[in-house]
Amino acid sequence: MHCKSLWIKASAKSPAKDQFQEELVIRPLHSGDIYASFQFRTLWDTDFLQEGQKKVSHYRLFPKSLGQVLSKFSVQELHISFTQGFWRTMQWGQPFIPSPPGAELWVWFHHTVSDVDGNWKELTNVLSGIFCASLNFIDMTNTVQPSASFKPLGLGNATDHRFLRYATLPREIVCTENLTPWKKLLPCGSKAGLAVLMKSEKLFHSSFHSQAVHIRPICQDEQCTSKAWELRQTLNVVFDHYTSGQGKKEWSLFKMFSRTLTEACPLASSSKVYVDITDNPELSPATPLLSQAVVLGDRRTYSVYDLTRAETFGQLRSFNLLLRWKGDNMLRPLLHAERYVAGFGLQTGEIHTVIYNNHPYRAFPVLLMDSVPWYLQLYIHTLTVTSKSRDNKPSYIHYQPAKDRHRPHLLEMLIQLPPHSMTEVTVQFERALLKWTEYTPDPNHGFYVGSSVISALVPSMVAMSTNFTQDQPLFSSFVPVKEESSYFVRVYTEPLLVNLPTPDFSMPYNVICLTCTVVAVGYGSFYNLLTRTFQVDEPSPPLAKRLANFIRRIRGVPLLA
Amino acid sequence: MYSLSLHFFYPWIYLKKRIFTFCTIETGQFFSSGHTNNWAVLVCTSRFWFNYRHVANTLSVYRSVKRLGIPDSHIVLMLADDMACNYRNPKPATVFSHKNMELNVYGDDVEVDYRGYEVTVENFLRVLTGRLPPSTPRSKRLLSDDRSNILIYLTGHGGNGFLKFQDSEEISNMELADAFEQMWQKRRYNELLFIIDTCQGASMYERFYSPNLMALASSQVGEDSLSHQPDLAIGVHLMDKYTFYLLEFLEEVHPASQANMNDLFKVCPQSQCVSTPGHRTDLFQRNPGSVLITDFFGSVRKVEITKDTINLTSSVKPPIQSIAEHHVLQFVADVSSQNPKQKDWHPPDGFILGLWTLILLVFFQTYGIKHLKHIF
Repeated sequence: MHCKSLWIKASAKSPAKDQFQEELVIRPLHSGDIYASFQFRTLWDTDFLQEGQKKVSHYRLFPKSLGQVLSKFSVQELHISFTQGFWRTMQWGQPFIPSPPGAELWVWFHHTVSDVDGNWKELTNVLSGIFCASLNFIDMTNTVQPSASFKPLGLGNATDHRFLRYATLPREIVCTENLTPWKKLLPCGSKAGLAVLMKSEKLFHSSFHSQAVHIRPICQDEQCTSKAWELRQTLNVVFDHYTSGQGKKEWSLFKMFSRTLTEACPLASSSKVYVDITDNPELSPATPLLSQAVVLGDRRTYSVYDLTRAETFGQLRSFNLLLRWKGDNMLRPLLHAERYVAGFGLQTGEIHTVIYNNHPYRAFPVLLMDSVPWYLQLYIHTLTVTSKSRDNKPSYIHYQPAKDRHRPHLLEMLIQLPPHSMTEVTVQFERALLKWTEYTPDPNHGFYVGSSVISALVPSMVAMSTNFTQDQPLFSSFVPVKEESSYFVRVYTEPLLVNLPTPDFSMPYNVICLTCTVVAVGYGSFYNLLTRTFQVDEPSPPLAKRLANFIRRIRGVPLLA
Repeated sequence: MYSLSLHFFYPWIYLKKRIFTFCTIETGQFFSSGHTNNWAVLVCTSRFWFNYRHVANTLSVYRSVKRLGIPDSHIVLMLADDMACNYRNPKPATVFSHKNMELNVYGDDVEVDYRGYEVTVENFLRVLTGRLPPSTPRSKRLLSDDRSNILIYLTGHGGNGFLKFQDSEEISNMELADAFEQMWQKRRYNELLFIIDTCQGASMYERFYSPNLMALASSQVGEDSLSHQPDLAIGVHLMDKYTFYLLEFLEEVHPASQANMNDLFKVCPQSQCVSTPGHRTDLFQRNPGSVLITDFFGSVRKVEITKDTINLTSSVKPPIQSIAEHHVLQFVADVSSQNPKQKDWHPPDGFILGLWTLILLVFFQTYGIKHLKHIF
């Protein structure tokens, strides 16, 4: 979880000031689904947070809207993701870049910032305008400052977690209006390169869709003499075997995206497509280029297609991949987790988080982070952690209790998982009754609790390489590898949907009507009886008679009775 | 000497007069053409899957407005619920307006500014009046000025005098009228076109009292606006009748078309719509027949091509400036002091006749005809 630096060996030529690489990885899954992961990386040799020098004003490959955000709010690292669907670890393995359902935003601010909360509030509003999402709902009631779970992934002193802010909106919907501005951040837009495959009608008709932006400063060489800013835009999508695949384990680029590739992005220094052929699928067109990489603790073989070379596109000037497989082998994920709410009724409940360690003989520690909204009042004295039906005491607990309407619960624990076991963390809670204006327009849907985050260094069966070369594929260089024998994994559990006791919203109207009626009838009639005086009054003659009297008066004739 | 000096001054006076008349023509024409930029505020106020048609209504107006030239930065789109990526949608990332899925109004390039729980009465009124928190991004603001023509389109469920937002709150016609008056006093619009497609929609524009407002509604007070056609694959009604025919009408409008407001008033007569669409033009200064559709739905800039050179910095600058300035100030004073033209209220014609008939009937009933001679 601690990472110091990420360095890339400098090439023989002097590197360009900014460069752009794009990559697509296709991995067939044993359940028949297919996983496609796009990564677009822009490296820029500049410093947004320089003081005393003139501000950066000329943007080429790096998007200007994000650059201005970084310098205005003194952001050291920014990670934002929008996800639709839940990643099924047991069926699909581990993703390259994990993300929880809904929207997740975590930011490390520069240590010179004096008002982190003010910057955070403005940053969420600005990002909600850029990405057309309701990120302005992020406020102090759903923001936490994790102390150990979210260390910086780039450079930076990771000691003071007062400069870190983490928030998640599990209810946030992802649709074309979020994809459109995300695509506009790419240097080639959606007109050339791999981004032409991103058509919303196919991307959102999938089991899982996640788009993210990760910005961090990295070292450009071993000694870290020059720093560069790295912007990674990632899009992970899993197409379903039955709804998009018609039940066959046969996929092609056209079937997945309803498009084929025609050219690489002209501004990209490298544009590659990797296909995972470890399980020996049938692949056409064939390619002699192969690459081996150890990613997520497994040595996998990839076929590489280089889109910057014209012969990849063949005679038809279009590149369409065809993939067919039968195998059922999948490396069983070593770490995965589930979470659910137990109990009945609308007063109390219990949150259960179950973590599975599937390694046959190694035990390893995991860091569990839970952020529960204030209206589920946790009873921490009922917190129990059991593994193999024995009590398991966590070695590090950081708990920050909630304050009503001010901040949520934050619970971080370092738990040692015994080998080949299931660990269960339970905590009881009580549901609060909100004020009637705090309910959403559809309160009977329920209230969401964000996913738990489990971060761990999982022991690897295969030795990982800590040396980095410049042409290392992007998917294996996202998380820096510090040790050879373990790799970093982050697992997100399901978000919870909890019903709170919901009042009848028509009651204020009913009460007002009833009270006013009672007061009017009861008190009003009583008041009238007390204060009304009665007088005898001559009945006034009808209108016709009055008019006739008026005419008689004019004529001077005696009046009627 | 005297005559010589007069001859000297004479051409100067002549020149001044000429430039003065030239300038008055220019400023007069420039100000009478009206607006310099266009904005649109499109709001769908309904939540839940069975209100799919309201989102489709708003998106079809959004599509027309974008097609006719208003850019995304000048459109504030508010959708109270997400239909395109709703789990019940059999074709994700699409919103259709015609059955058999002919036209996808959601498209590939849509930017929704306010979505989901953000669409509230408070946010809507804040957008209109401009009173937003300082950290609100530009895409969520209505940055109009006194030369902007604004199109406001509302759709959802409504009643006599109110419009329901997200099934939990309402906006009344008086609040809306007051918001427009605030916009007028802060010079936030030049002309405003208000279209509403709800049940009893005409009640929402009854209370307007600010100048330069034109309003259209899909139904009169006491009538319901009806939905157009269901799609059996999607399972819900796709559009409302009024907006369906409005979309059909707008599909034929292109940026250079000369269609005017009178054509818009004729959209969806009672034979097609079942309800009676209504409109209100008494607060509008210009004749609706001279107002182009593209004045509100499109973003067409007036360009005047001239072959004459116009000297903007001439030696006789101060007097011309003061005259032109005076002209401008006079115009502004006229505009700001204008009260909306109030029609005098006359009681309906049949009323007086009926009143007299009533009086005579009562007379004859009380006294009978033969007894009348005793009274008179």
